[in-house]
Amino acid sequence: MTALLEIRDLRAEIGGRKILNGLDLTVNKGEIHAIMGPNGAGKSTLSYVLAGKPGYEITGGQVLFNGEDLFEMSPDERAAKGVFLAFQYPLEIPGVATLTFLRAALNAQRKKRGEEELSSPDLLKRVRELAKKLGIDPEMLRRPLNVGFSGGEKKRNETLQMALLEPRLCVLDETDSGLDIDALKVVANGVNQLRSTERGMIVITHYQRLLDYIVPDVVHVLAAGRIVETGGKDLALQLEATGYAQYQNEAA
Amino acid sequence: MAAVQETVEQVRRIDVEQYKYGFVTDIESEKAPKGLSEDIVRFISAKKNEPAWMLDWRLDAYRRWLTMREPEWARVSYPKIDYQDLYYYSAPKKKPELASLDEVDPEILKTYEKLGIPLREQELLAGVVRPEGERRIAVDAVFDSVSVATTFQKELQEAGVIFMPISEALREYPELVRKYLGSVVPTSDNYFATLNSAVFSDGSFVYVPPGVRCPMELSTYFRINERNTGQFERTLIIADKGAYVSYLEGCTAPQRDENQLHAAVVELVAMDDAEIKYSTVQNWYPGNAEGVGGIYNFVTKRGDCRGDNSKISWTQVETGSAITWKYPSCILRGDNSSGEFYSIAISNGHQQVDSGTKMIHLGKNTSSRIISKGIAAGVSQNTYRGQVTAHRKAAGARNFTACDSLLIGDMCGAHTVPYIEARNPTAVFEHEATTSKISEDVLFYCIQRGLSQEEAVGLVVNGFVKDVLQQLPMEFAVEAQKLISISLEGSVG
Ligand SMILES: Nc1ncnc2c1ncn2[C@@H]1O[C@H](COP(=O)(O)OP(=O)(O)OP(=O)(O)O)[C@@H](O)[C@H]1O
Ligand SMILES: [Mg+2]
Repeated sequence: MTALLEIRDLRAEIGGRKILNGLDLTVNKGEIHAIMGPNGAGKSTLSYVLAGKPGYEITGGQVLFNGEDLFEMSPDERAAKGVFLAFQYPLEIPGVATLTFLRAALNAQRKKRGEEELSSPDLLKRVRELAKKLGIDPEMLRRPLNVGFSGGEKKRNETLQMALLEPRLCVLDETDSGLDIDALKVVANGVNQLRSTERGMIVITHYQRLLDYIVPDVVHVLAAGRIVETGGKDLALQLEATGYAQYQNEAA
Repeated sequence: MAAVQETVEQVRRIDVEQYKYGFVTDIESEKAPKGLSEDIVRFISAKKNEPAWMLDWRLDAYRRWLTMREPEWARVSYPKIDYQDLYYYSAPKKKPELASLDEVDPEILKTYEKLGIPLREQELLAGVVRPEGERRIAVDAVFDSVSVATTFQKELQEAGVIFMPISEALREYPELVRKYLGSVVPTSDNYFATLNSAVFSDGSFVYVPPGVRCPMELSTYFRINERNTGQFERTLIIADKGAYVSYLEGCTAPQRDENQLHAAVVELVAMDDAEIKYSTVQNWYPGNAEGVGGIYNFVTKRGDCRGDNSKISWTQVETGSAITWKYPSCILRGDNSSGEFYSIAISNGHQQVDSGTKMIHLGKNTSSRIISKGIAAGVSQNTYRGQVTAHRKAAGARNFTACDSLLIGDMCGAHTVPYIEARNPTAVFEHEATTSKISEDVLFYCIQRGLSQEEAVGLVVNGFVKDVLQQLPMEFAVEAQKLISISLEGSVG
C-alpha cells in the first residue's frame, strides 16, 4: 500500500541557511503523527515546504504524496489534492468576509478537481453546521477573515477551514497555542471528528497536553532539521520531564 | 519564484488580448475634415441644428482655447498632442433621425450586445427571468460623437424626468439647457474643458423635476469606435428641489496603436434637498504591454450642491485608459450640503493615473467625505491628488479623507498629494493615508487554500476596495468586481 506521505532525506534552505537536513518521515492513511522539538528546529519550515511556500530551496531528497512527486505540483494544486496547512500564524485579509473566503477556497478547489461549485445556500448551511460544532459565533463569518480575531479565534477558524475543505493530509502547526482549556477541548474534538481511515495528520505542538485530547499514533522529535527520535505517546510525556537537552548534540 | 515576483512577471507579459472590448465595428461613418478651426466648430453646431446662441457659446470657447496652454502639473507624461491631427466629429452613417431602434445600424446594435449593454427594452423586460425587485436601467448609448439610442424614454416621461441626448435637449428644451450649461464648469475653466465646450458633439442630459425620485437608474454608455477621433461628450444633470437620481456611466474603446483623446465634461446641479449619485465604471483601452496606444482620459467632472441640504456623491472605478486625468469635485454651496467621493483607481502595465477630487466648502455646516483606493501594478504610476478647502463663511465645515494605496510588485509607484486649506477656524478636516505592498504571506495563505495566484490577488484587492464597491449600485458592483480582477490579470488564463 502506498503511504499517504513519504518524506525521504529532505533537505531545504532559506536565504542560504540550511534548515532541513535529511529529514525522513512516513505517514500512512489513518495515522496521526505528532512532531515536537525545540524552537527553531525547522517544524514550521517542514510544513511550509510541504505546502509549497515560495522562498525555500529544496536541495535534496524527495516527497511523495499518494505516490506522486509533491514538488511537481504547484501550491494550489497541492491544496486541491488535499494538502492542508493550519498556519501557526494565520493571516488577516481586510475587507474579505470569512464566509467569502471559505466559498472562494472551497470552490477553487472543487473547480480544480473538476467538481461542481457548491451553491451559496448549501455552503452557508454546511459552514453554519461546522461553526456550531467548533463553537464559532455565526456572526464571525461576516467579519473580515482573521481581522481583529483573538489568537484563539484564529486557531478555531483554521480548524473550521480544515473541516470544510476535508483535506487528505492535515498539517497542524501549533494549532493549540493561544487556546484556553475549553477552546483546546473544542478544537481537539473538531480535529478528532476528522480522524478517518482515509486521512493522515501531522500535529506540531510544544505541549504534551494537546496529545491527551488528540491521541497520536506516533510521536517524533525534530531537532536541527531532522527527526532524531520516534516513539509512542509516552515519548511526549518523557520529553515533558527531560526537555530537549539530550538532542543538542545532534544539532551540532 | 516568490508569489509577488510571479505576479510582477505576469504583469510584465501583459497582453492586449486581455482587453476584451478591443474590437472595431466595421461601419461607415460621416466625419468632419481633420483638424480644428472655427469652421469645424460651425460644422458641428450646424450638424446638430443648434440655436444661434449655442454656436456663439462654442465659438467663444474656441477663441478662448486658442489662448490657453495645456496643463503640466499632473504626474503624467505623454508626447505632445497634435490637435490638428484629430477628427472632431464622427457619426455612424444612417438616417439623421431615428424613430426606433430598428433603424439603428444592426452593426451598432451588435456592438452593444457584445459589450453587454442592453438597448432593447423588450430584452430587458421579457425573456430572461430576472430576480425579483431588480431595478431596471435606462440607457443612453453614445457611439463616437452621437447618441444612437435612449431606452425607457416613455416611462421616464411619465415621471416627468427628461433623459435624452444633449443635442436633442438643445433643440427641445433650449432654455433649460441654456440655464444650466456651463454654470458649473464655465467655458473658461481649464484647457480640456474649454476644448470640450467648443467641440462637444453629444452626451446625456437629465432633468429631474421638483420632488421626483427618478424611477430607475439612468446610464450612459460611451463607445469610441473611429480611428483618430476625439470624443468630447458633455453631460448635464439637474436634480431640482427634493429630487433624486442615480446615474451610471460606462465606457470602452477598441484597441488601437495610436492614442485617442477623450475630453469630457460632466456638470451636476443639485438644488435644495436634492441628491445626485453619479457612478462611473471606466474601462477605456489602456494600451498594450509596451505602453503603445490607449485612451488619454482628460475629464472635468464637477457637481454643484447649489441648494441647502443637497447632496452629490461621486463613485468611480477607474481601470482603463493609458492616462487618466480627472478630479470629480463638489462645490458645497448650500448650507448643510454634503459631497462624497469614493474612488477605486487601478493602474497596471504602463498606465498613468492622476486622479482625485476637490471639495470646496462654501456654505455653513457642509460636510464631505473622501475614500480613495489606489492600486498600482506593473510599471504604472498612480497618484491621488485631492483638495479640500473651507472658505471664510463655511462655519462648521467637516471633511474626512482616507487615501489608501496598494502596490503590487516593486516597479510601480503610488503617490498622495493632498492640499488642505481652512479659512474658517471652526472647520474640522481629518486626513488619513496609508501605502502598503500586497503581502506575499497573505497571497500564499490564499493559495494554500486552493486559490490560483490570480484569484488570490483578485480576492485581496477586492477586499482592499470593499468600502468603495459598496457604494456602487448592486448590479454594477458585481461587474466592477469582475473588472477589477480582469484588469489585474497577469496573462490570459
Ligand atoms: N527567511 C528566513 N531566512 C533565514 N532564516 C530563516 C528564515 N525563516 C526561518 N528561518 C530560520 O529557520 C529556522 C527554523 O524555523 P522554523 O520556523 O521552522 O522553526 P520551528 O521549529 O517552527 O520553531 P518554533 O517552535 O519556534 O515555531 C529558525 O532558526 C528560523 O530563524
Ligand atoms: Mg514553528
